[in-house]
Amino acid sequence: MSFINYSSREINCKIVYYGPGLCGKTTNLQYVYARTSPEAKGKMISLATETERTLFFDFLPLSLGEIRGFKTRFHLYTVPGQVFYDASRKLILKGVDGVVFVADSQIERMEANLESVENLRINLSEQGYDLNRIPYVVQYNKRDLPNVATVDELHRLLNPRGVPEFQAVAPTGVGVFDTLKQVAKLVLTELKRGA
Amino acid sequence: MNPGLVMYEEEFRKISGICDRLMRDAGAKVVFLVDKNGQLISASGASQNLDTTSLASLTAGNVAAMGGLAKLIGENEFPSQFHEGERESIHMSIVGGKVVLVVIFDARSSLGLVRLRVKKASEELARVFEQLSRRQSTPGVRSPLAEITDDDIDNLFSA
Repeated sequence: MSFINYSSREINCKIVYYGPGLCGKTTNLQYVYARTSPEAKGKMISLATETERTLFFDFLPLSLGEIRGFKTRFHLYTVPGQVFYDASRKLILKGVDGVVFVADSQIERMEANLESVENLRINLSEQGYDLNRIPYVVQYNKRDLPNVATVDELHRLLNPRGVPEFQAVAPTGVGVFDTLKQVAKLVLTELKRGA
Repeated sequence: MNPGLVMYEEEFRKISGICDRLMRDAGAKVVFLVDKNGQLISASGASQNLDTTSLASLTAGNVAAMGGLAKLIGENEFPSQFHEGERESIHMSIVGGKVVLVVIFDARSSLGLVRLRVKKASEELARVFEQLSRRQSTPGVRSPLAEITDDDIDNLFSA
């Protein structure tokens, strides 16, 4: 749910990175954090276990610049990917404006990807959102690994709606900013449409 | 989709006024107001040394998690919570079901005083938020976003 503040002339939006465990959601945020100038970002917060698995969420506030005198700020969140953290995932989706689904391209993770998309659909609908209507992009991550499914196959299984999709290698940044820019753009377009 | 929260100058001034007064009356160090989705609405007091964006996000996460716990045990929510530290303490309470009022205080104040002052301020804040939601649902109120063009959005990402 966006927050428009006339007093401070700010538009605030929330973007959530979703996907199965170890697909690279946190890595996406870490790359964005590392490559953004200090004045455009706030502190990145990771609520993680001792083994660096996301426990509750990662959080990264970003400023993207001004539109018509309004500063645009995006709050990026990740969810914990592991199946048993479902209660936490539901909480993080509250008030979401746009979703990035990060898929693990490895063939052996296809079932986990499918399960996670379905879980996203259900959890969104519990909050009153429809995955078919919300600003949404899909990222096929880990394209550098040997045992990956083809993009055609990933598209067929994970993106039947045909939303914008990107190939990525999150640790080196391939596709990371393209994904973020696209979802931010969709969010702003949707806000404009609803205005 | 739900319409987002919109804050106007007039209501913002009222909210800031209530929070400033609460800070003084409760002898608190910082008072801030966060919406349940983690957006900071206002901050009063010595907030310049604090990372208020992170505070807002973690407050919302905390309140959401406690709300989830409440539902598991058959409660609707926990309207307020208190965390006592060695030097600083945090009191959080839900106002009008939508926003969270956070008071940070030290030994110069007390939980009893904070609770008392928060109660009064919450009632006043709830009225302002009611006014805000009426204003938002008034037909004819245009969002600033309505004037944005596709080019404006493209330009943001062209750099």
